[in-house]
Amino acid sequence: MSTDPAGAVLASAATSFDLDRPWQLDERVAVRPEPFGALLYHFGTRRLSFLKDATLLAVVRSLGEHPSARAACAAAGVQPARLPAFERGLGTLAESRMISPRVIAEPGAA
Amino acid sequence: MSTETLVELFEHGLDAPICLTWELTYACNLACVHCLSSSGRRDPGELSTGECKAVIDTLERMQVFYVNIGGGEPTVRPDFWELVDYATAHHVGVKFSTNGVRIDEAVARKLAASDYVDVQISLDGATAEVNDAVRGQGSYAMAIRAMEHLAAAGFRGFKISVVVTRQNAGQLDEFKALADRYGAQLRLTRLRPSGRGADVWDELHPTAAQQRQLYDWLCAHGEQVLTGDSFFHLAAYGEALPGLNMCGAGRVVCLIDPVGDVYACPFAIHENFLAGNVRADGGFEAVWRHSALFTELRGPSSGGACGSCQFYDSCRGGCMAAKFFTGLPLDGPDPECVRGFGEQALAERAQAEQALASPARTALPRPGLDHSHRGPVRGQAARPVPVTIGRRPVPAPPDRACDVNPLAGFAAGGAR
Repeated sequence: MSTDPAGAVLASAATSFDLDRPWQLDERVAVRPEPFGALLYHFGTRRLSFLKDATLLAVVRSLGEHPSARAACAAAGVQPARLPAFERGLGTLAESRMISPRVIAEPGAA
Repeated sequence: MSTETLVELFEHGLDAPICLTWELTYACNLACVHCLSSSGRRDPGELSTGECKAVIDTLERMQVFYVNIGGGEPTVRPDFWELVDYATAHHVGVKFSTNGVRIDEAVARKLAASDYVDVQISLDGATAEVNDAVRGQGSYAMAIRAMEHLAAAGFRGFKISVVVTRQNAGQLDEFKALADRYGAQLRLTRLRPSGRGADVWDELHPTAAQQRQLYDWLCAHGEQVLTGDSFFHLAAYGEALPGLNMCGAGRVVCLIDPVGDVYACPFAIHENFLAGNVRADGGFEAVWRHSALFTELRGPSSGGACGSCQFYDSCRGGCMAAKFFTGLPLDGPDPECVRGFGEQALAERAQAEQALASPARTALPRPGLDHSHRGPVRGQAARPVPVTIGRRPVPAPPDRACDVNPLAGFAAGGAR
């Protein structure tokens, strides 16, 4: 099994999800649209997750394009009142390594 | 957002299966008494390498994340590794079941190096005595050798797959210890009366007391032990076991057999559950999305005789294949219903049969195909059958070109 550079970060993220750092869909995760939302499969952990909420799916898919998870939520139109629910949902996905912390690119880097 | 539960949503079916079993060959070096696919001899109509690759292309397009490859013994197909490599290169992960015959040091190293291949070693006894009585002389040693190679190669978390029987139900802790010793994960699955399993089910299926102990043991071990969702009928004891706890046949699972036939589930190789063939126009995708059978299975089900039971929401009537091959109605209780309704139904069925003159008796449904070895299996003193019942002798069909040992010419390379 390949090593996970985010492992150490996730150990502490298990209790609280950091909305303000950059995240990404793990590169070993495949997303398959379904009538009710989407299925996520992680080839490394061989685990499945199910997303029923279309907005959460949109957030997850766009994490890599935003400087933080909070920004991804805002861009997907998540109202502040619903943010705690999204924080929990993203926290669960982080615990199961479906999403992983993204290393912040140097300014100007691609 | 939908208010339906995940299970309710899944019952309507998915765009592609979550869990697809693909039996690559009916050929097998063993002759396990409970083989769910009645395997032994290769079928001459087996999908070719090219046809298998076309199926993989379809699975990639449908985003089937992984396939469970089995058989028969899939690794005896000469193109087995080629197909595994082709699947993983096309983003279809592979988990394959094997008795270990081909897992030598070199193969184990190759497997350990891939994130996209998982291995499941079949073992039906924690001791050679219990295992070999069901799987054949020397099969325990073969499986242990394979596990030693995998562990030595650093393959962490391969699976040891056990069909729970009356004979091994008391060995659960020993199985777990074995898995821990090799850095493997234990997987326990249910014995179904499918294939040759129908002939031995009465003597091999766990007793009611053993089922209860199994349930408690599974609850105590949680997600550490895998079950392939196969014990969902036990959910009626109380708390549900990890997993979806539903019959996934034609909804989230299905089977592609060696000749390309698509069945609703791996335990239902019978024409009643045959949805189509991958060789037909539209291939697997058309069968999965549009076959009449799968459409019907995804429709609403009333629960039938079980609908009024307070536990119906937990067990959802149990396993379709188990009911079918024991001659019970599909909308009634599972033969191993934890409330005893299945046993009652089986007894009533037997009684009704007794009352009929023998020509009028309705035979139990039999698997549609039988590829069992017809003579002794190489290396076996005799058929390793600890039981002598058989619901009916299988008449020997006329000799055909395929009626040869599928492993003729295959050098076992120290596998015995």
